[in-house]
Amino acid sequence: MKRRGLSGGLPLAPYSLWALLFILVPLLFVAYYAFTDNSFHFTLENITRFFTATSNVAGDDGVTREVYTYLLIFGRSLKLAVISTVICLLMGYPAAYIIARAPARTQRVMITLIMIPMWMNFLIRTYAWMTILQDTGILNGILGLLHLGQVHIIGTESAVVIGMVYDYFPYMILPIYSVMAKMDVKLLEAARDLGCGSFSVLRRVIFPLSLPGVVSGIIMVLIPSISTFYISQKLGNGKFYLIGDAIESQYSANNLHFAAAMAFILMVVLLVCMAFMQRFADRRAAV
Amino acid sequence: MKKIIELKNVTKSFDGEVVLDDICLDIYDNEFLTLLGPSGCGKTTTLRLIGGFETAGKGDILFMGERINDVPPHKRNVNTVFQRYALFPHLNVFENVAFALRERRVPKAEIEEKVREMLALVALTGFEKRSVTSLSGGQQQRVAIARALISRPKVLLLDEPLAALDLKLRKDMQQELKKIQKATGITFVYVTHDQEEALSMSDTVVVMSEGRIQQIGTPIDIYNEPTNAFVADFIGESNILDGVMLRDRRVSFSGQSFDCVDAGFGEKEPVDVVVRPEDVDIVPEDKGQLKGVVTSVTFLGVHYEIIVDIGGFKWMIQTTDFVDVDEHIGLYIEPDAIHIMKKSQYSGMYGDYSSFSNELDELSNAESEAEE
Repeated sequence: MKRRGLSGGLPLAPYSLWALLFILVPLLFVAYYAFTDNSFHFTLENITRFFTATSNVAGDDGVTREVYTYLLIFGRSLKLAVISTVICLLMGYPAAYIIARAPARTQRVMITLIMIPMWMNFLIRTYAWMTILQDTGILNGILGLLHLGQVHIIGTESAVVIGMVYDYFPYMILPIYSVMAKMDVKLLEAARDLGCGSFSVLRRVIFPLSLPGVVSGIIMVLIPSISTFYISQKLGNGKFYLIGDAIESQYSANNLHFAAAMAFILMVVLLVCMAFMQRFADRRAAV
Repeated sequence: MKKIIELKNVTKSFDGEVVLDDICLDIYDNEFLTLLGPSGCGKTTTLRLIGGFETAGKGDILFMGERINDVPPHKRNVNTVFQRYALFPHLNVFENVAFALRERRVPKAEIEEKVREMLALVALTGFEKRSVTSLSGGQQQRVAIARALISRPKVLLLDEPLAALDLKLRKDMQQELKKIQKATGITFVYVTHDQEEALSMSDTVVVMSEGRIQQIGTPIDIYNEPTNAFVADFIGESNILDGVMLRDRRVSFSGQSFDCVDAGFGEKEPVDVVVRPEDVDIVPEDKGQLKGVVTSVTFLGVHYEIIVDIGGFKWMIQTTDFVDVDEHIGLYIEPDAIHIMKKSQYSGMYGDYSSFSNELDELSNAESEAEE
């Protein structure tokens, strides 16, 4: 035990200091601001405002209704984030499986290709999608040349989802791929030996063993896409105000306490989701 | 006896390199057959062909008379115990053993009963709920055997199943495997590079080298009547000498002629002569058929292993009589201790102990195990 204190504690010290200064302290500040007013007196007002503030919006049918402003925004963020995450999972899982089964050289090339877009700036990638998806953009240009008619995508939820899927797709593929690449081929052979056809091998062995990768992929896509703000502004033409946008605009308006309250609520919701998923994955792994 | 599996002129190459060269092998009902050879001899590939994990380049594989070359593994009535077990880490002991039955949607009560029966067979009753990762190597091995046996396959394939266990456990498991094979009546095809294991467990031993079958026979045949220098050297210790058949039952080697029991060779035909180290008697120098000088003596508990230089060729002799280094001794060999083999591609490669040392032998063993 004494040895552990020396060999475990000392090398960890720089990291612990880092974590304290740049992770824990800022989080405490967020919480502090969330529960105080402008003169730094304790208040729950910021939190209740998130749940109770209302405004009037015109629906698609032209009728104006009173809605809970921030709950609506939060619900919309959650919806788009979940849709993006599901699309990433449906595309990423088979892709990760195919890559993991390819020859080693092909694997390296494929993984590099998947990571290359991540080297480019996030803003530039989003601008690139604007030029592709615009009504007079590259996509409609190609469709026009092929006489396939025109599509209107920019400024719709689809455009926002496309942007999110594009940006966060690597975060889904990489953790699933790394789990699958490590999977023992002998296990798959054993399953076939014991009577499983290809689909059964996938359902009974590959999928349960890849669950840890799936869980971390979901977390790594869901969290940034739920709190994104830039994609919705640029590809949604600002029509789909998301929780990230709301936080950003409150900060810009120097309304730090309410911005911190929203960030705090978002954090709590995400932590609960993550804990839930982790438990689910652990239980599956333990059986 | 009924043939269960027949390999007919099976050839297999990987990337242009031939790993199995024209293999012909019949496997009979209820037998314990061992594929024995050094690493890279093709024994594991042969097993994988029977299991369906590789397809033959040329030749046919028959299962109870039917060609199964293109039948996938999950449709073959054959199960495998994999090297290092390949147990499913996300399932407990019960579910691992029940795996094949769940796939066939066997009723729950029947699964419970059969799993209990299988766990009893491998002495793991009470381990149902345990995680397989918490088991010892020997216990994991037993789970792997139970899992493969639960569907009552016609043939069980075992790929070096005991290689990862320590010596004592390996000996116990050898006994147990033999017992299970007898009790179930299932044909076992067993792959190993351990000649002792092969001799002690098998009904039939198939010795392989460089993608070819060198000899098929009972353990006693293989030991007493090896067909060539490779088999003689791989199974046990052998002194292998160049000799010439003088006539039937008379052979000359090491500058002397000896009575022997082999016949049917041509007159003056060059042959390989095998003399096992335990079949040589040490006698006073003047009474010996051969004379030599002792160059090393190693005490091995049951016997001494001595190296004797006879005209430049070093013999290994196992004896309970003590002799000293540099002592001049005579050797006497009974006619039935001399075994004559036809010349082969392996002649001259084995059977001389001039560079012999126990340490070297162990080093090369460890190497070949690491390669596996």
